Amino acid sequence: MVAAEETGVFDRFKPSTDQDALDELELKSKKYLRGEAANLEVLQDKKLKGQLAVREKLYGQSAKAAAKAEKWLMPSEEGYLEAEGLEKTWTIKQESIVREVDLLSARKAFDMILPELGPYTQEYTSSGRYMIVGGRKGHVAMIDMLSMDLIKEFQRDCSDELHDLFSCYRYPFIYNRHGTEVHCLKEHGKPLKLQFLDKHFLLVSVNSFAQLHYQDISTGEIVANYRTGLGRTDVMRSNPYNAVIGLGHSGGKVTMWKPTSVKPLVTMLCHHGPVTALAFHSGGHLMATAGMDRKIKLWDLRKFEVLRTYSAQAQTLDFSQKGLLATGNGSKVQIWKDSGGHEYEPYMAHAMVKGYQIGKVSFRPYEDVLGIGHSKGLSSILVPGSGEPNFDTWVANPYETNKQRREKEVHALLDKLQPETIMLDPKKIGTVRPPRRKEKKAKKEAEDEMEEAIAAAKSITVKKKTKGRNKPSKRAKKKQEEVFKAKRPFLEQPSEDGQPPAKKKQRVSEADELPKSLQRFARKKTA
Amino acid sequence: MKVKVISRSTEEFTRERSQDLQKVYRNYDPILRPLDKALEYTRAVNATKLDNIFARPFIGAMDGHMDSVSCMAKNPNHLKGIFSGSMDGDIRLWDIAARKTVCQFSDHKGGVRGLAASTNGDILVSCGTDCTVRLWKVPVLKMMDSSHSAGEVLKPTERYVWKHAFWAVDHQWDGTLFATVGAQVDIWDHNRSVPVNSFEWGKDTVISVRFNPGEPDVLATSASDRSITLYDLRMSSPARKLIMKTKTNSICWNPMEPMNFTAANEDCNCYSYDVRKLDEAKVVHKDHVSAVMDIDYSPTGREFVTGSYDRTIRIFKYNGDHSREIYHTKRMQRVFCVKYSCDASYVISGSDDTNLRLWKARASEQLGVLLPRERRKHEYQDALKERYKHLPEVKRIMRHRHLPKPIYKAATLRRTMIDADKKKEQRKRAHSAPGSITVEPFRKRRIITEVE
Repeated sequence: MVAAEETGVFDRFKPSTDQDALDELELKSKKYLRGEAANLEVLQDKKLKGQLAVREKLYGQSAKAAAKAEKWLMPSEEGYLEAEGLEKTWTIKQESIVREVDLLSARKAFDMILPELGPYTQEYTSSGRYMIVGGRKGHVAMIDMLSMDLIKEFQRDCSDELHDLFSCYRYPFIYNRHGTEVHCLKEHGKPLKLQFLDKHFLLVSVNSFAQLHYQDISTGEIVANYRTGLGRTDVMRSNPYNAVIGLGHSGGKVTMWKPTSVKPLVTMLCHHGPVTALAFHSGGHLMATAGMDRKIKLWDLRKFEVLRTYSAQAQTLDFSQKGLLATGNGSKVQIWKDSGGHEYEPYMAHAMVKGYQIGKVSFRPYEDVLGIGHSKGLSSILVPGSGEPNFDTWVANPYETNKQRREKEVHALLDKLQPETIMLDPKKIGTVRPPRRKEKKAKKEAEDEMEEAIAAAKSITVKKKTKGRNKPSKRAKKKQEEVFKAKRPFLEQPSEDGQPPAKKKQRVSEADELPKSLQRFARKKTA
Repeated sequence: MKVKVISRSTEEFTRERSQDLQKVYRNYDPILRPLDKALEYTRAVNATKLDNIFARPFIGAMDGHMDSVSCMAKNPNHLKGIFSGSMDGDIRLWDIAARKTVCQFSDHKGGVRGLAASTNGDILVSCGTDCTVRLWKVPVLKMMDSSHSAGEVLKPTERYVWKHAFWAVDHQWDGTLFATVGAQVDIWDHNRSVPVNSFEWGKDTVISVRFNPGEPDVLATSASDRSITLYDLRMSSPARKLIMKTKTNSICWNPMEPMNFTAANEDCNCYSYDVRKLDEAKVVHKDHVSAVMDIDYSPTGREFVTGSYDRTIRIFKYNGDHSREIYHTKRMQRVFCVKYSCDASYVISGSDDTNLRLWKARASEQLGVLLPRERRKHEYQDALKERYKHLPEVKRIMRHRHLPKPIYKAATLRRTMIDADKKKEQRKRAHSAPGSITVEPFRKRRIITEVE
């Protein structure tokens, strides 16, 4: 008996490894479940309930299977950077990192000095394979990052953005791989910033008159153009989670737009000065904004509340696939890492040559690399732990062959999403709207409102007319009319039990008092 | 300091030789797939539209009879063959794949009203208006190589004459008995020239008969006194009778749920019953605009096809109250008999215009052997359509069928009449004492009584 007791006591403190493994599996399968299970208790229809219960069970099983398959399907592991002893990660220089890693990765960190053709910006394709570099004075180049090959390079008068497109003095132009101008998009005006929503094939541009243009690149039609009305801005970012466009304005506001509504979806006052940079986390729930009030704020996009505020300046912001935040300010780059609970702490820092002004930072997808476009060219630094180590061939394949790329393009065109599917919460598609019951105000509330309206009407001063038209009786009549107008909407509303408003009471004849089936026996008044 | 950076070697992630397959890597993380629901929805809409584009259900017509086709029979052992009998006494065996006559069995003097094949496929039983039952030997070898046959004419092996004209015949599953109906229900054996047993309940003509696939001794008949009668061969008298408001033209048992049967009625509806509870129909299948003449279940038991006097064929789900599919052609006149093929892929209809027509059961199905890739794609698209079928855009495209103008008009007229009746009923109930007028569900409304 003593032995049994002992084991019982110790069992409490020693968790079994099986349980650990199970918990880990639970955690992993949670992300594959894509949200909470539906509540089936409210259903009245038994057949539907049974069918949905079976489906929910299948979802659970498939999530578990995906979680179990993870360790076999994903060959690569995340990068990391750990400081030893007294040193901190943000003091570690790029040179020491480059010395420690293998040759292949060391080649990924480089500096391209291109002093003549103006401040450079760069962008990577979604698979991280190609990079397009644009200098403001008209230099455009496309580079294959895998082999560091220059695919195409040409010069124009002036240039701004990417994706085989850039805006010149007046309009954006589309160029093909060989550098031939294919389209001139006149409708956009002079764009300050371009964004491409690749699943919808929509090109979004914001121009110097603060007009937002949405154009479908596959058919060429202009889907929408809206006047934002908030002044010229060049801070524009697309939210990868729901394809909504975020604009940062000089009043400190951030607005979010979709192509099917004239008014922005959301307007948030973020900063006390102009918004200088904007970035969205790929998970869809986090937004980082930087303003001229020298603050960087992290916002929760579900509640539209500030999560954290940091005192720092930033001209450019970017989130990596693994949630690292890069900020560029002057000639310094700071990288922040999430240490649990959205508490971002400085992770790495990189200082460039003093005179360089950083224009844009962007993380390279599926690699631990950060690309920096600055006034004298291009740099790229290694940031361990920023990229997703395992790519999915059907989503984005850095090792794509020509044939695969062509097939992918055709499939992407077939699956082109309509602009109407862009919404703040993309999970809403396919859900059923609950039957809306008209909200009836409580009687007391309605009465209070009526009182308020009457009081407001009574306080209106009627203008005193001249030339003998200023009779007190007329003024009193006008005032009465105003009061009646204020009362009218409340009287027209149906009463609480849903019956239509009681019609004016007419003289009730004997015929009306009898039930309907006996009415023909009522004494009729002869004419 | 400890450092690790993602570094992938190109050799590891690309194929070695050009004859190798391309390497595929998967990561099922939902974060890598934003907007996946919108993508699925778009694919569902596209899949529904493609379905409509590829919906070509009519395969071909089998021409040969000289008079309207009155009855058909499936041969349970041979998938490719079907028997059909016409009102001029001509019975033909068709090869469905070639759409040609294999051989003719012509001996009837009047119209052939019923055809049935025995379970082992050897013997074909036919009955007609000339008061005879004929048994024929089915030429098995001929079925195999139909290309040689030039429509040989065969003679019956047996001929039994009886007292009254026959209306229908059905063969027992797994047995040697068959039943004919006319003035009464007669049970015959292959070798006896007189019926082994006779049943009668009332003096009215019995117009159709069906043996139960699960219980070989149970059969259901329908008579012109608007009744459906159930018989058990082991008892000496009929078991149960259900009287409805209108005549039932045909009955079919559900092969997967043998306790359920569906009756094709004159009032344009089909009623599914459970034999254990005959006082209420399980489901009422409404969609035809004229009398339903014939009904046949798919071997899966999940669907059935009906042919109606309004020149259309409809396919219903076994528990669906509206049809899933409608087939019509300008050339197809009143449909008198329909059969669902034994592999659940085709529907055959015999109609007034002397033709048998072959249709696909699923209009946009790709026939033939599918590559595994094709099959997976079809399964994915079916799953997408199933998931998003309640959304308005998908539902509208799925439901859309072109109806011929007379059918469309007749359907709108029926709907107006039904709505008017309903409104009258509601008003009556509103103006009478609460509870004095009871609401009877439609499933019960068309039944008058059940008699033991």
